[in-house]
Formats: sequence, C-alpha cells, structure tokens
Amino acid sequence: MILYLVKRLAVLVVSTAVAGVVVFGFMALLPGDPAEIALGVNATPEALEELRRQFGTDRPAAAQFADWFGGLAQGDFGTSYVTSSPIGPQVADRLGVTVTLVLGGMVIALLIAVPLGVFAAVHHRDPLGAAISAASQIGIAIPAFLAGILLVFVFAVQAQALPSGGYVPFAESPGEWLRGLLLPWLSLGLVQGAVLTRYVRSAVLDVMREDYLRTARAKGRGRMGALWRHGLRNASVPVVTVLGLQLATLLIGAVVVERVFVIPGLGDLLLNGVAGRDLLLVQGVVMVLVVAVLLINFVVDVAYAALDPRLRGAR
Amino acid sequence: MRVRVNAGLVAGAVLVGLVVLAALVSFVWTPHDPTLVDAAGKLRDPGDGYLLGADKFGRDTLSQLMVGARTTLYVGIVAVGIAALLGTPLGVIAGMTPYGWLSELVMRVNDLVFAFPALLLAVMLGAVYGAGTLTAMIAIGVATVPAFARVARAATLQVMVTDYILAARAAGRRGTAIAFRHVLPNIGSMLIVQASVSFAIAILAEAALSFLGFGTRPPTPSWGRMLQESQELLFSTPRLALWPGLAIALAVLGFNLLGDGLRDHLDPKLRRIRAER
Repeated sequence: MILYLVKRLAVLVVSTAVAGVVVFGFMALLPGDPAEIALGVNATPEALEELRRQFGTDRPAAAQFADWFGGLAQGDFGTSYVTSSPIGPQVADRLGVTVTLVLGGMVIALLIAVPLGVFAAVHHRDPLGAAISAASQIGIAIPAFLAGILLVFVFAVQAQALPSGGYVPFAESPGEWLRGLLLPWLSLGLVQGAVLTRYVRSAVLDVMREDYLRTARAKGRGRMGALWRHGLRNASVPVVTVLGLQLATLLIGAVVVERVFVIPGLGDLLLNGVAGRDLLLVQGVVMVLVVAVLLINFVVDVAYAALDPRLRGAR
Repeated sequence: MRVRVNAGLVAGAVLVGLVVLAALVSFVWTPHDPTLVDAAGKLRDPGDGYLLGADKFGRDTLSQLMVGARTTLYVGIVAVGIAALLGTPLGVIAGMTPYGWLSELVMRVNDLVFAFPALLLAVMLGAVYGAGTLTAMIAIGVATVPAFARVARAATLQVMVTDYILAARAAGRRGTAIAFRHVLPNIGSMLIVQASVSFAIAILAEAALSFLGFGTRPPTPSWGRMLQESQELLFSTPRLALWPGLAIALAVLGFNLLGDGLRDHLDPKLRRIRAER
C-alpha cells in the first residue's frame, strides 16, 4: 500500500507540473500585451517598458513560468495586471464559498442517492423500484443550472420562501447564509443525486447476486440485515469511484450555478477575470480548479486501493 | 423482457428523431424569422401564429427552438467527431500494446486531459480566441477524448485475447492490419454506444457554455442562451424558460435512452443480465 501511495503521489506531482505548463502555455498565447492593456493606446514607449519590467513580462517565458509556478507552490498567485491587487487572497476567499457549495451539493446528493438506490435495488421488481429508476433517468437529463432556474421559479417566484440569489457570509448572518445556499445546494444535489442513484442501485444489485450474500441469508439473516453486514462495503467500491468523478463534475457545475444565483465563488471570479482580460487571475483560478480535479482523482484512486486490496497492483 | 429493452430504445430514437426533424425542417421553414426583432410583439403571448409566444425582443420562441436544435446537433456532431477521431486510435493503440511505454503514455495524457473539463477548456479557448460555437465545439470535443480512449482501450483489450486475433497473428498479419480488419469492426458497437452517451453530455456542455456566454454568439439561436435570457424574466414570463429547458432535457434524455437501448440491443449477454433483474 505504501509503495502504491508513493507511486500514485509521484504521478500526481508530475501531472500537476504538466498541467501548469499547459495552463501557462495556453495563456501565453493570449493576444495583447498586459502593459499595453493597462496603459492604453497613448502610452509612451518608456512607460510601457517600465510597466513590462514591473510585471516581469519582459523576461523569457521560461523564467516567467518558473516564477509563477514557484509562487503557486507557496500560495502566491501574483499580482493582477488589471486591478494591481494580490490574487492569492481573492482566490482563497472564493475557494471557501465554492467548496461550501460543492460539499453541500454532495451531501444532498448522497442523502438522496444512497437510500433511493438501495431501495430501488432491493425492490427492483416492484413498480416503485422501476419508478425510481425512471425518475433518475430524467434527473440526469437536467443540467444543474436548469434545475436552479426551476427551483427559483418554485421557491422564490411562486412560494416566495427563499431568495432567488445573492450570498450572505456566514459570519454576518448564519440564517441568511443558509437560506441563500439552500437552492444552489439543491440544484447541484438533485441532479448529482439522480446520477448517483443509478450507480448505487446497480452496485447493490451486483452485490445481491453474490454467493456470500446468499450464504448470509441462508444462515438466517434478513435481506436488509445481510446487505447491511456484508453487502454495503463491497457495493461501496464502484460507488466511491463515481463519487470522486461526480465531485469533479460538481466543482465545474458550481461554476455555472454560481452564475445562476449570483454567488461570489471561484466560477464568478473566473468569468469576471475573462471579461476583464485579467490574464494572471484567469490563469490562477483555472490552475486551482485543475489541481482540485487532479487531487480528487488521487484521493479516489487511493481510497479505491484501500477498499479493495486487489487493485493495488493494477496500475 | 425484449419489449421493455426496445421501449427505451424506441423512446430514445423518437426523441432524437424529433430533434433531428426540427433541425432539418428549420433549414427550409420556420414559422417566423427566428432572429427578427419586433418591438411591437415584445413578450407576445402564445397564439395568433406565435404558437409558443415571443421573447423580450419579439422573436418567435418556436422558430428559435427549431434553429436552436440545429446548433445543438451541430455542436454535438463536431464535438463527438473530434473525440472519436482522436480517442479511438489512442485507445486502440493503448489496448493493443498494453504493457508498452506507448500505452502508458497514452493513458497518462488521457488522465491529464481528464483534469481539464470542457467548461475550463472553453473558457481558456474563449479568452484566447474569443468565445463562439467553434471554440465550444473544440473544447467539448477535446474534453471528451479521454472517455473514447478509455472505452476503446477496454474493448480492444477484450478483443486482443480472442482466438481470431491469435490466428491473424499466427498468419503473420501486421499490427495495422489487425487493428483495421479485426479490432475496429469488433469494438464498433461499443463506440457507437459511447458516441450516443457523449452526445448527451455535449448537449449539456453546450447549453451550459451558451448560458455563461462562452458558446454560440447572438443572434444565432441556442437553447442555452435562450435560458440565460429568460432568467431575468422568470418573475414575469416564466414560459420563456420552460421551452428551452424542456428542449434540452428531452434531447439529453433521448440520447441517453438511445445509448442505453443500443448497449442492451448490441450486447446479448447484457440483455440477459437485465432480464434477470
């Protein structure tokens, strides 16, 4: 397990470095000189030269990359060419909001998917089990932002029970914070819950056909009892994998949902950065999101190996 | 049991067929010009030749939906095409040389691309080249490559252990000949299923990108942007969100059902397992 962990960690570090090169290289293609954009068309050549030196954009690309990537490793995202403010604190602030959004969405997805999925598997021959399967198929077809718009219509427009958007920090008012996040959480959670329900159902169905479960039942355990003691750990292996992939999907879904509900998270920061042509900011936020996805994949692989020892030698 | 398997397939085919039909008909006929701004007909209620009403610019909703279907299919076809053309050869190569460095490299690159979701790629491409349908299609296509490569690799691994591959090798056939004559025809059905599922994901991605302003540019109608424009009017005219929302959901449902149905139909073993369930 230790050897596996070390190997997988090495892959993570190399992937992160390569991703850094890709993001940096991509943004280096961006037409336009940050100094020219900052000073406008009437700037003197001397002033441009001075600003380029200040930004560091007069140096070779490799040196710029080393600076940027080295800074990232220490949490220094550089200083925005556009607003002249440090990017790190902004990213940290927004990251907290986005993580809250994603985790809340995940909790709701699990609260929906685990009971419904197990129920649909145990009752797969009943109409109710089939109905859950059909409902999850429809849930998968609805993008999170559409779910958000529908929820706003029902809970904000019709019932006028919850706000249609906006964000209040927890420190300011925990109650308003919760009210503001309920609909965004539901938009992410309902859709992911539908996806996850199908995986939980099929994993539990697979486990239910295993001999060890039949043995447990033959020894006198009830259907749910046997499943609880022997089935769920085995069923959890494929579900954990999907959970990880879903976490990455949720993170990206959050970017869109933040737009629907006007929530100041990473997605909002990223889109504003693109609109304001804030190169370094976009570069930083994209990198944070990519590293988050890589980290999630790493954790999933390790969890996978921990749950099922046979998989450790597989890669 | 066969009846239920086919029911999903038929439902999926009907939904996809409807989208294709709407798109094709829109080339020769729409009730009104979908981009015609008509201040007098602003937020016109359904009826009077405007079956589904009009938006805040007086543009006919039904006409916009029909041309929007065209955008959706166009993006889906190009994106899935890019993903299949790049991902299939990579997956087949990785599957035919499972212990080689090339296979390892392909899978590592695959994992890396996987860390760049379509949305991030589209935002990056949009920042550099300007957002539009083309950048959206490329971004969605590239982001879908890993899915194809994985499926192609897994299917190739299965094919490579069969007796007919052994026979072909014993007869002295070269790798490329085996790939084209034996591997590709035998993994084709898996790839078709993957294409259908990827199409559904591409529709979702295009809608999200257009919603954010990183997809199809105005005035070309797109379902995602129709939704985005409808959001501010949700309190007064909710039907503007209803129709594009329904169109997206039904199109995605259609491609998902089609993919599931094809999988069951093409894989008799799976059909039996399903029947047992």
